Amino acid sequence: MKWGVVRFPGSLDDNDALWALGEVMGQDAAMLWHKDTSLQGAQCVLLPGGFSYGDYLRCGAIARFSPIMESVARFAADGGLVIGTCNGFQVLCEAHLLPGALTRNRSLSFVCDRVHVRVENAQTPFTRTMRQGDVLKLPIKHGEGLYVAPESELRQMEERGQVILRYVDASGREDDAANPNGSMHSIAGVANDRFNVFGLMPHPEHAVEPMLGGEDGLKIFRSIIESVR
Amino acid sequence: MSQVPISLPGEPRVDEAQARSHGLTPDEFRNIERILGRTPTFTELGVFSVMWSEHCSYKSSRKYLRTLPNRGELVVQGPGENAGAIDVGDGWVAVFKIESHNHPSYVEPYQGAATGVGGILRDIFTMGARPVASMDSLKFGSFDHPRTRYLVGGVVGGIGGYGNCVGVPTVAGELMFDASYNGNILVNAFCLGLARSGELMSAKASGVGNPVLYVGSATGRDGIHGASLLASAEFDAESESKRPTVQVGDPFTEKLLIEACLEAAKTGAIVAIQDMGAAGLTSSSSEMAARGALGIDLDLDKIPLREQNLTPYEMLLSESQERMLIVAARGREAELQAVFEKWDLHAVVIGEIIAEPRWRARWRGQVVADIPVGALADEAPVYDRPVKPPAPSRNGTKPSIRHPEPAAALKALLENPNVASKRWVFRQYDSLVQGNTVAGPGLSDAAVLRLKHSRRAIALKVDSNPRACALDPYLGAVATVVESARNVACAGARPVGITNCLNYGNPERPEIMWQFAEGVRGLGDAARALGAPVVSGNVSFYNETEGRAILPTPTIAVLGVMTDVARQVTSFFKHAGDAILLIRTNPPRLAASEYGAMFGGGNESLGSIDLQREAALVDGLIDGAERGLIKSAHDVAEGGLMVAMAEACFNPDGVLGAEADFAALGLTPTAELFGEGASTVVISASSKDVEQVAQIFSGRGIDCRSIGRVIAEARLRLSPVVDENVLDLQRTYEQALPGRLAANE
Repeated sequence: MKWGVVRFPGSLDDNDALWALGEVMGQDAAMLWHKDTSLQGAQCVLLPGGFSYGDYLRCGAIARFSPIMESVARFAADGGLVIGTCNGFQVLCEAHLLPGALTRNRSLSFVCDRVHVRVENAQTPFTRTMRQGDVLKLPIKHGEGLYVAPESELRQMEERGQVILRYVDASGREDDAANPNGSMHSIAGVANDRFNVFGLMPHPEHAVEPMLGGEDGLKIFRSIIESVR
Repeated sequence: MSQVPISLPGEPRVDEAQARSHGLTPDEFRNIERILGRTPTFTELGVFSVMWSEHCSYKSSRKYLRTLPNRGELVVQGPGENAGAIDVGDGWVAVFKIESHNHPSYVEPYQGAATGVGGILRDIFTMGARPVASMDSLKFGSFDHPRTRYLVGGVVGGIGGYGNCVGVPTVAGELMFDASYNGNILVNAFCLGLARSGELMSAKASGVGNPVLYVGSATGRDGIHGASLLASAEFDAESESKRPTVQVGDPFTEKLLIEACLEAAKTGAIVAIQDMGAAGLTSSSSEMAARGALGIDLDLDKIPLREQNLTPYEMLLSESQERMLIVAARGREAELQAVFEKWDLHAVVIGEIIAEPRWRARWRGQVVADIPVGALADEAPVYDRPVKPPAPSRNGTKPSIRHPEPAAALKALLENPNVASKRWVFRQYDSLVQGNTVAGPGLSDAAVLRLKHSRRAIALKVDSNPRACALDPYLGAVATVVESARNVACAGARPVGITNCLNYGNPERPEIMWQFAEGVRGLGDAARALGAPVVSGNVSFYNETEGRAILPTPTIAVLGVMTDVARQVTSFFKHAGDAILLIRTNPPRLAASEYGAMFGGGNESLGSIDLQREAALVDGLIDGAERGLIKSAHDVAEGGLMVAMAEACFNPDGVLGAEADFAALGLTPTAELFGEGASTVVISASSKDVEQVAQIFSGRGIDCRSIGRVIAEARLRLSPVVDENVLDLQRTYEQALPGRLAANE
């Protein structure tokens, strides 16, 4: 299938996403320049990690005004699949394509580690090859990953199944010590209410080769491929 | 066209006193007058002061650096360009260098460390190589010193803040605390870049009439005299007032600059390129011209400025970050400008290459500086400073007071910030970006990075051993080099290249100059014995405060290559039932050990190091790894054998234990348990392979014996010395650094 990976100024994991999709998974993946407006026929758009525009204002706050983001918003409104990892998740929240916001980690420090996340909803285009309760081991690396939303909205999201991934310990148990950034409800990834836009702080593109620490990230990309087929 | 440069209205008078306040000696000032045949203008005086500073000119060290081995069949670029380069196979060239940013980091820890990272990155991508990995060697004062926690937080924050934002993984490092660094911390930043063979860029100007392009950030007033007054002088009580000489980093612009420069390199329109690092526009322009034996003519009115009314003096001396100077092929500047425009960066023609070997700057229609290019580069002064060994009575370690029980000593060592886990630090660094990190921090004795589209991998290690260097600057330097090389070999890679950052006190003191001379001699001897040339490096003198010097600290980074990444070896025991073997070239000693520093008993000398045996040990480790016989390898370093055994049990996929009869093995003396020095490695191997492994080493004349086995139970049982729960030891080891950093908050 055709993928588009957006490159903002300051994107860092853009090449890694291209490598994961193109070289590791044999997909047709193209880079989309932020100043362009064409999605080049992509069937799924990926917003990568990084520090778009240096994240000097708020993470993702400037990138959402890029010309390409108008096309991404239109694509999402038409039901197209969009996934944002890390900074991409932040951009999607800033663009109001996803609910909530990402703020400074509880520790006030950047954190790079491998964490466990539990699949809370396996009925989405991003998780359909998995089962509810499955635990994935994925890397995180961010300074602002503390997910927040108003309690009332969180309740609705929980009811609708929009909370897709939650930080847990290795055994799959939710636990404050296993929450690496202090996210509300231990949220690691959420979808919109139409389930075609997904954002997550972990980096599935950095978990596609056993030599580099595991391949649980493939499960997410395979789900997307299966959904498009 | 020759025109005598004019002094500008309002500029200070230039005389010997003015020269001295610029850090130039009366002799140097007279020399400048002789070269010019007149008194320099104030602008020219500023230019000479930075280019003739210790930091830029290497005037005290050059004589010694010439003796280092820098040739070899894999060397693509030795010293002379912005970084060294080694052929690592499969069409890849590794470009690497380490550099200090000590004084700025003490004065302003966050920005000092951040711009240290930024500066070394530019040295790499100016060579046409994409930066792919960083490492850092950090030295702070005593943990109890009131400034230490502030400095640690700032430096670690700065390295992470910059490195994470530019997307270069920080894959390894070292961290040490010692009272000698109380008033002068060390921040040494390393960067590795990769380029395709034959695609390296040069910083040698050519082609009379070629335009000179200024690219990147605009010029401001930050960092003026960073190289001369800050980096090339001792600290005193007034040092805090030098904060304005520290530059301010902008990693986002650096990221754009990396992408733009690498894209621009592909056009083929770049003749030469160099970053505006120390001494900014002055050094980049004069050094590029000097390498090509040409001249350069700069029009300062064209320089993009952050604020109006910068004087020529300020423009030429500014160390504003994220700027590069490019010599373009004439007629192709527009191609380059289009690339920089795409990345929203300035790219302005500010001058041209001229045939006459002069370095000339004009401003508002007048020449403000006109200097023979050579005077700013190769013809800068070189000193043969006096050397004198210190009086022999001085001893770095405490006399023996009391020896604690081994179990108590082990716990105390695991809790010692110099030994304890550095996870608190490296968790703040992105070690994964770019997707090549096979073994990141805390997993292996050396970081391992795979090469894409290849089976090969690169191993990296940065090391220093200041206490050993204080005891014996020659042997200490030798020990540091062989330790870094051994670490790389523990991971399964062959050491192929070395870069170094030589941190010492005031070279005008003969005892310091002697330490330096001995250190360089040790570095050279060890590098020759290992067949690993020294392809780049940096010297940092004047690391003292109010007359008290730091421990002599040559920091050594070694680059290794392994032919099959699948054969890489980590430092943890893997399976219960595996044999544990002890390999060593020398019995360990308490001299210069962490144990000695804590409990005393380390007054003897470092002994001797047989470089041939060290090279044989390195070779054996690589052989064992390549044949798949070594399951884990861990070098015995800070804390000695006991700590190494405990660390090897801390397997991140689930801790294991170890069992051995130390009494029967004769390993119960304190020096055996906690001693350090060249060279001991703990390895594990499948029990069926023990014979073969032993042969690998005994065949090379290296002592190798089976000392115990890996057990599933999480206990470190080295009878009769200790019998401890590994999980407890691990908790102590992991919590020490964050616990102590939080304790005084």
